[in-house]
Amino acid sequence: MAKDDKTAPQTLPRYSNTFTPEVNAEIRRAAATGIYDIRGGGAKRKVPHFDDLVFLGASMSRYPLEGYREKCETSVTLGTRFAKKPIELKIPITIAGMSFGALSAQAKEALGRGATMAGTSTTTGDGGMTPEERGQSERLVYQYLPSRYGMNPVDLRKADAIEVVVGQGAKPGGGGMLLGQKISDRVAEMRTLPKGIDQRSACRHPDWTGPDDLEIKILELREITNWEKPIYVKVGAARPFFDTTLAVKAGADVVVIDGMQGGTAATQDVFIEHVGIPTLACIREAVAALQELNMHREVQLIVSGGIRSGADVAKALALGADAVSIGTAAMIALGDNDPKWEAEYQALGSTAGAYDDWHEGRDPAGISTQDPELAKRLDPVEAGRRLNNYLKVMTLEAQTLARACGKNHVNNLEPEDLQALTVEAAAMAKVPLAGTTWIPGQGGM
Amino acid sequence: MQTFDLEANGLRALNETLQAQAQTTNETAWDVINPRGSHAIAVGLDAPIEVTVNGSTGYYCAGMNQQATVHVKGNVGPGAAENMMSGKLIVDGDASQYAGATGHGGLLVIKGNASSRCGISMKGIDIVVGGNVGHMSAFMAQAGHMVVCGDAGDALGDSIYEAQLFVRGSVKSLGADCIEKEMRPEHIAKLTELLDAAGVDADPADFKRYGSARQLYNFNIDNAY
Repeated sequence: MAKDDKTAPQTLPRYSNTFTPEVNAEIRRAAATGIYDIRGGGAKRKVPHFDDLVFLGASMSRYPLEGYREKCETSVTLGTRFAKKPIELKIPITIAGMSFGALSAQAKEALGRGATMAGTSTTTGDGGMTPEERGQSERLVYQYLPSRYGMNPVDLRKADAIEVVVGQGAKPGGGGMLLGQKISDRVAEMRTLPKGIDQRSACRHPDWTGPDDLEIKILELREITNWEKPIYVKVGAARPFFDTTLAVKAGADVVVIDGMQGGTAATQDVFIEHVGIPTLACIREAVAALQELNMHREVQLIVSGGIRSGADVAKALALGADAVSIGTAAMIALGDNDPKWEAEYQALGSTAGAYDDWHEGRDPAGISTQDPELAKRLDPVEAGRRLNNYLKVMTLEAQTLARACGKNHVNNLEPEDLQALTVEAAAMAKVPLAGTTWIPGQGGM
Repeated sequence: MQTFDLEANGLRALNETLQAQAQTTNETAWDVINPRGSHAIAVGLDAPIEVTVNGSTGYYCAGMNQQATVHVKGNVGPGAAENMMSGKLIVDGDASQYAGATGHGGLLVIKGNASSRCGISMKGIDIVVGGNVGHMSAFMAQAGHMVVCGDAGDALGDSIYEAQLFVRGSVKSLGADCIEKEMRPEHIAKLTELLDAAGVDADPADFKRYGSARQLYNFNIDNAY
């Protein structure tokens, strides 16, 4: 048979599982530019997640509650350990910190509106507090970040809680990167920096170096705010048992653990994909630390990083969290990556659903931008309404699952209500592999 | 003059009392006795009162101060005047690390020496140090002025933005993107003003000025190595 005989049987072209088209494209991009990829968002590769868990609805051994008729509470109180004024939330879903600068003022206002309608809190970010955000947020958490951009005691006292940010799930150990394209006059003024320059938020706090110092820092914050406000400590998921232990030791009222699927405005792709551990892997470790200290439920635990639905909420609560926090999902609810902007996403070399070059400031949806013309596209009232709807749906879903497990409060869900579909998820969530009593590393069969 | 015994009455009562003066400023002079190195003394003040601390303090003395003048007759621990917005902190002795960290305004006067990272991330505060400053001072300093009448340690002004540094003595080394700059008449005038405000007798002509080369202001991969 001749070698060039096209009618002869041929092997099919076969892509490598190691050198995938995406990997090859990145190699070519790196070779052409000499610069690593910077982007926003969280980890995109598949890691064990809440989808790998299922609830064991009530049957014979458990007694379910009736649909929407029997009460299933969703309220949660955060900051019961030391704060004179703990935060009361109607739902156990909060809005994570996202900075003015990374997001437009319209987006920040919309987050405040939606969160307030839903009866929950929103959070500032690495740019200080804006009047729009404070004005629209009934409950506002003020982030105390390494950069201290815009930090001042007046805003500190206006807040309902203070979140000392030690790390972020997308980049534990990394600082912020707000590139010059997004530094408008207003952003520059708030951050005391020249317009148009890249703003590097420090990766560590300037005036404390460890948990012993943090304890004193928290004392200072409490003294300035009359011991009224709950103090959260937020860490990127890396060593959740020890980080939670030390945060509690330092005096935190609330510990926030942000898993590797948690988003960021901009950082290196290699950081997002290769540093930190999945959200699923950190909850039981953090809960174990709280239980060992006899502080579970006394110090509340908020879990964030890739929370998308009421099922995710219910599973995180079942594993021991008191509440969850959403960032990326909230942006999508506002309208980010909406297919209606598809032509413009394509013009930017992306597509609706995958656009992540938030640092470039050209977001067609008007959310992750400081371009006034683009930002005007986002109606804060309508976007706030959408966020409220989304939060309501998540809550209804979580309630539905809780009732199916016979619980009259979503926080009564427990690990025993769950089983895992994969060995990895069973090991990380420390629940049995479905159909067995086996928890990897803990025996059973 | 009101006297407050910190040992007898406790930190919470002290700060509550001083913070309340924002509303009732007829008692403008306060004497704090027995500080004994306590942390967070006179934090969050927001009134034009004068507080004298008779002894040394721990961390974060006069943190986030607005309007008040706090005078420490002793040494201060880490983070003195951190994030100060306005007013003054005067330290008769030495300051530990991160003095004036992230300060947005006001004047910090350290008559003795300051340890490492003095003025880290400063955002508009003016700092006058009678003696020396330690390594990494003015790291990522954004705005404001630092005057060092003695010597500066390693990596002065590393990753500095628009703050201006004046040093009379030697500088062990400059940090990334920090360079010596020309001392023009407006800088002499500003330095003179700061020395006068701090009550330091020194000749501005003896100082050199340092600031940003502005080479790290926009991302450049060549800076990453």
